[in-house]
Amino acid sequence: MKLHRVIALLTRHVYLYRRSLPRIMEIFYWPFLDLVIWGFITLYLARAQSHLPGFVAFFLGALILWDMLFRSHQGITISFLEEVWARNLMNLFASPLKPGEFLAATMLMSIFKVTCVSVVMILCALVFYSYNVLMIGLWLIPFVFNLVLMGWVIGVFTTSLIMRFGQEAEVLAWSMVFLFQPISCVFYPMDILPRWLQPLAMINPAAHIFEGLRAVLNAAGAPGQELLWAFGLNGLLLVAVIMWFYRTFAYCKAHGLLVRVGE
Amino acid sequence: MTAPVLQVANLCKRFGDFTAVDDVSFSMRPGEILGLLGPNGAGKTTTIHMLLGLITPTAGSIRMFGLDLATHRETILERVNFSSTYISMPQSLTVEENLWVVARLYGMADIARRVDQVLKKLEIEELRQKVTRHLSSGQLTRLTLAKAFLTEPKVLFLDEPTASLDPDIAQKIRALLKEARRSSGISILYTSHNMREMEEMSDRIIFLQRGKIVAEGTARQIADRFGQADLEEVFLKLARESRDA
Repeated sequence: MKLHRVIALLTRHVYLYRRSLPRIMEIFYWPFLDLVIWGFITLYLARAQSHLPGFVAFFLGALILWDMLFRSHQGITISFLEEVWARNLMNLFASPLKPGEFLAATMLMSIFKVTCVSVVMILCALVFYSYNVLMIGLWLIPFVFNLVLMGWVIGVFTTSLIMRFGQEAEVLAWSMVFLFQPISCVFYPMDILPRWLQPLAMINPAAHIFEGLRAVLNAAGAPGQELLWAFGLNGLLLVAVIMWFYRTFAYCKAHGLLVRVGE
Repeated sequence: MTAPVLQVANLCKRFGDFTAVDDVSFSMRPGEILGLLGPNGAGKTTTIHMLLGLITPTAGSIRMFGLDLATHRETILERVNFSSTYISMPQSLTVEENLWVVARLYGMADIARRVDQVLKKLEIEELRQKVTRHLSSGQLTRLTLAKAFLTEPKVLFLDEPTASLDPDIAQKIRALLKEARRSSGISILYTSHNMREMEEMSDRIIFLQRGKIVAEGTARQIADRFGQADLEEVFLKLARESRDA
């Protein structure tokens, strides 16, 4: 792994974003809109059903954390698509750049996007709803860390699919993450799910994080076990999708697909 | 005798039932300009993609600088670059930004000086701050050539590098390539559909048809072998044979 090559790719994205208002807007626009709409709905429900203590805390906290996962995933997939749209993949992979260095750069881009989104959403929640997400305390750090990892898992998997099936699969860059939302139990506990769906949620790291979030906000004890599950599953899944990415990369090179992505 | 910088042995590429490159072997000496000629679908671009490590060969070997591309990809590609009419560069970046990214990718030192030099060499200094999206196709071709020269490669692959240029600029590019070969001993593998250009540029030409090498030598030797007046006549004869087959 050569750092200068990872930095080169990051520089390319910094150049891109500093000149592209639509791309900057895209980072902030949806999270902001999500927060405003769901925030007001939450306030309304909280007033109407005052017997639900901490409803606002659950809902807004979950919304902010879910958006971090979403942006983490997009940091990977959109960075790859930027190269596809620019017909730049050949320039990159005919250089000494290794696939692992490419992935490392997209992961750093995803951290950048998550950081931007987090700051905006945390501030907006504070200003609009007097909601301080930092009340989750230090647990927030492992929660966010695991959600970023889960975003990488989905992002690397999606990127492999786009590389394999071409630009017609690019819609997955926006939609794939929502396939995981129902079994991530973002806004409801896992036991709400039908019994047959619960095992799927159990092997989804994000579901354990949101269970852990509810435990913390309910003062139901430390979410140590949920975090252990999340770390373990994320570790396994990340190794698996990176191996899948390398395998897909080799397949695309063998079948001449790498030079055709974006055509 | 100097060792070849590029050695290709029994190279094959099959996509299912279709054979794009069929048992191709050739070598390129340091400082040589080698022309790769053939009708559309002859396997020129697939061969270049294999030489750049973008497509994995079905069989055969590629060695550059005495190293096997399959096992020394990174070391080899640090000393190789390419330009093609069919590639682009990030459209939202300026010409200068694109070159800076490439220079960083190859771990170059003294980037500002190198970028200045190459912009001057390609006569695109005035485009330095221009966003790539706003370049004409000829200007974009010069940018991709600037990218190729920037990293000071020892081997350069050029896939129809003058296809979108006006005759004046195309002539300047050819002069530039010859000068680069003379001053730095760069080896160039060159494809073009312009037969006069091929005759002017190439020390030696490899003629591909349906993935196979059907002739190899100087332009004169190839024309004589097929009993034609010049390279263009040979091309037309083989292209029609290929189309009718």
